[in-house]
Amino acid sequence: MTAATHAPVATGRSATGIPTAKLAMWWLLASEIVIFGGLLVVYIMRRVMFDHWAAYAEHTNLIAGSFNTFALVTSSLFAVLAHQAAEAKDHKKAFPYLWVSILGGLVFLIIKSLEWSNEISHGFTITSNLFWSFYYTAAGLHGLHVIVGMVAMGIISMDVAKGKNLHRVEIAGIYWCFVEVVWIFLFPLLYIAK
Amino acid sequence: MMQYILPEASSSAASIDFLIDLILALGGFWLIVAEGALFYFIFKYRRKEGVKALYITGEKHEEKRWIHIPHNLILLCDVVIIAFAVKVWYDVKQFQPPADETVRVIGQQWSWRFVHPGLDKVLGTADDVETVDEFRLKIGTTYHFQLESVDVLHSFSIPAFRLKQDAVPGRVITGWFKPTRLGEYDFQCAEICGIGHGIMRSQVFVETPEAHDKWLKAHQPHPQVASVSK
Amino acid sequence: MTASHPAEHGHDVVHHKQSFWEKYVFSTDHKMIGMQYLFTGMFMAVIGGFFSYVFRMQLAFPEQSVPLFGLVTPAIYSSLSTNHGTIMIFWVAMPILIAAFGNYLIPLMVGCDDMVFPKLNRLSYQVFLLSSIVLIISLLLPNGGFGGAWTSYPPLSSSAQYNLTPYAATLWLLAVALEFVAFLIGGINFLTTAMNARAPGMKMFDIPLMIWMIILATIMFMGSVGPLIAGAVMLLMDQTIGTAFFDPVRGGDPILWQHLFWFFGHPEVYVVLLPAMGIVAEVITVFSRKKMFGYKTVLYTSIATGIISFFVWAHHQFVAGIDPRMANVFTVTTVIISIPIAEMIFVYIATLYGGSIRFTTAMLFALGFLAAFLIGGVTGIFLGSSGSDIYFHDTYFVVAHFHYTFFPISIIAVFAGLYYWFPKMFGRFMNETLGKIHFWGTIIPFNLIFIPLFYAGAAGAHRRIYSYEHFPELAIPSVQNMQIIATRALILLLLFQFVFVFNFFWSIFKGKKADANPWKANTLEWQAPSPPPHGNFAELPTVYRGPYEYSVPGRELDFWPQNEKP
Repeated sequence: MTAATHAPVATGRSATGIPTAKLAMWWLLASEIVIFGGLLVVYIMRRVMFDHWAAYAEHTNLIAGSFNTFALVTSSLFAVLAHQAAEAKDHKKAFPYLWVSILGGLVFLIIKSLEWSNEISHGFTITSNLFWSFYYTAAGLHGLHVIVGMVAMGIISMDVAKGKNLHRVEIAGIYWCFVEVVWIFLFPLLYIAK
Repeated sequence: MMQYILPEASSSAASIDFLIDLILALGGFWLIVAEGALFYFIFKYRRKEGVKALYITGEKHEEKRWIHIPHNLILLCDVVIIAFAVKVWYDVKQFQPPADETVRVIGQQWSWRFVHPGLDKVLGTADDVETVDEFRLKIGTTYHFQLESVDVLHSFSIPAFRLKQDAVPGRVITGWFKPTRLGEYDFQCAEICGIGHGIMRSQVFVETPEAHDKWLKAHQPHPQVASVSK
Repeated sequence: MTASHPAEHGHDVVHHKQSFWEKYVFSTDHKMIGMQYLFTGMFMAVIGGFFSYVFRMQLAFPEQSVPLFGLVTPAIYSSLSTNHGTIMIFWVAMPILIAAFGNYLIPLMVGCDDMVFPKLNRLSYQVFLLSSIVLIISLLLPNGGFGGAWTSYPPLSSSAQYNLTPYAATLWLLAVALEFVAFLIGGINFLTTAMNARAPGMKMFDIPLMIWMIILATIMFMGSVGPLIAGAVMLLMDQTIGTAFFDPVRGGDPILWQHLFWFFGHPEVYVVLLPAMGIVAEVITVFSRKKMFGYKTVLYTSIATGIISFFVWAHHQFVAGIDPRMANVFTVTTVIISIPIAEMIFVYIATLYGGSIRFTTAMLFALGFLAAFLIGGVTGIFLGSSGSDIYFHDTYFVVAHFHYTFFPISIIAVFAGLYYWFPKMFGRFMNETLGKIHFWGTIIPFNLIFIPLFYAGAAGAHRRIYSYEHFPELAIPSVQNMQIIATRALILLLLFQFVFVFNFFWSIFKGKKADANPWKANTLEWQAPSPPPHGNFAELPTVYRGPYEYSVPGRELDFWPQNEKP
């Protein structure tokens, strides 16, 4: 790997007034919106076309979905609190808040694996029918993003513990809120619409 | 111009060829104008000793006019082309004239099956004649086709008819055509369908009603076979 | 929030001598990463070009063993033509036009010392390299490479029972998906750097068109590729675990893939067009010593083209089985998109008016781009018009049309850019005489390949067919001779590329030395040494004017660098 080079001058510039890391995260999210958007638009069109999908959707676990919504929303709340602490340069508070956030993500994943194991044992697998294919694909893609977010927050927390790079807490928070927003769309589409 | 390259063998061919000629004329005109200007400027504004280039921003009104006027003329040409395109498209793909007869065309990896109505002119009866890679049609008859595929995407294409329609598995796609010229024509598969795509060829025979009926009589399905082949 | 520092230096802060690995392989320097993309793209172009040689030999001389290859079976033919298209678009056009030129030029032309996220930049190349390797592996598998066309329509592509290349089909798709990821990562750097890291004083309309075009292309790419990534995930699952997204037997829809693919596929062609237009803008202004005619017009028509391009996609599907009424909508949008593009070309031609044109090799290629692309654009009308597309769809007319657009974009404009920026990249000139030989040996054979193919298409020759021997209407001399002429011209074209390859590599080491600004150009990259060191500028520049102030009345010199104090 390269020797410890300082960040280039370019990284510190801000002709638009928005810090580069934030700008980069927004562009990343823009492309992610189109990915999830594409998938969800296709799902919605089919859901509208196929009445019989409502019968399949009966078997999604509304309780698990609701609990997961609660877990992610709470987790996002703590990400915001972590950001506030970081803004105030209070890394001693930001660190635990970050980890509560990560824990929220973990709870989400655990509930999801229990939910999915249950569904699979009842014969609702990804190849059962097209509804379930979409269900697992959309929720699965989202779940991958949850894992990535948790890992990113974990890595950032290491620096935060030492009081360094506190500005990254906000960036992770923006990403984490995006992950939550995607779930806010998925939840009604997959769990409520029956 | 197309008719000099490939004969017009269906009732739709002439209007499609006309549309092609229209685009050739309008597009060709603008191509010549643009290439002409390009080459003229390249030649005229070669670097010459002591001659400095002009400073033109292209923001002034008199300068922009040189772009706006062609822009508007091209817009006009585009509208004309769109109008004719929509008309031709409607006539060929949206409007279905009443059918004299209906045929089934079924694509598979890697051949075409054709189900011709028999002498009773009705599809789906015992006297239908089924062929592989041989499509027999009567001149002047308006046909509806029911296009299917049993596996992957294929495409029903008869260049001399200027006819093309993809065959999609899981659907029956309908269309129409009317052969207007006697002869034998290529029938192609126009959508890649696997390693045998290149050998997926059939032959179209446009014949007189008498010749066609003679062929039908000669190829009447065996009574036992007729009840099986559905 | 961070502010920029006054009196900035872009100096080399690596205080020890870099090892070979640090300098060339694991570099985070945008110039080195740009080179990595360039050389990878050039290597892939050799493979893609070789494939076209092989299948064109089969077409001209069917069933005869092809020298340097062997016999071309129908399966091999499908794989060659599929991977030729795939490689040329995803592993040649995009990496060279966007990633190579973008990486190399953006920091230099906006006046900063590197991309905003150098390590992310390195990651994007590594993912791209991985995608190239995955694709090459797919070509070497026992059953041969994937043969379902670069468009990969299911059910052919989703089921090994139909395509007979199970692993190759999946690896191919994986390679394309990885390539998308690489460009998404790279794109974030391009956008952030161009938006934020500009030199003080560089306002929106002072940004060179090359940079604008790469930015617009990146935004269009990011906005269009999402649904296809979703579709690729679906197709991968259909291929591997047996989902039925595109399987009509179990409720899926093959046409869905087509929509997802072309929703990306059409903007994609403008994603590669815009950077090519950017290169041509830089070259024609410098070598006609003229301000760009209507800079804002170019910008606005590019944006208009970009937006409209999201609404034309189904012209690829007119006869695919979509509702016929939809075709009317798409024929309107498609024919209309010709207007902003025509306007852009006219503005470029107007730039030459009153100029003092110097015919360097770069300029010849830039002018060649304009002449050839005009033909590509006009022939597109035959295809965008739904009524005529009934006939031309899936014929060689389409092939000739898109080569008259893609070849100028990914080959001719690229050569213009390489000959132009070579002195900056390597501190030496390429040889002009060899360059001119290369130019004529490229442009003339190119036309001789594809004009005959317009005729073949008009005669009804359909695509992706390994031999027309079985088709009586196409096996006639007037059509088959077109195939032979095209093949012979291609061989000529490929042979002349050796002139370029020799010139390029020889000049890196032995070319005539070039100073910082050999072409007397205005844009900021010419203010850095040739080649620029790590950090680019001894002192980071400040900008006082636009990029195209050439031949300004009253000034002695006919150029006025952007950073020269007023």
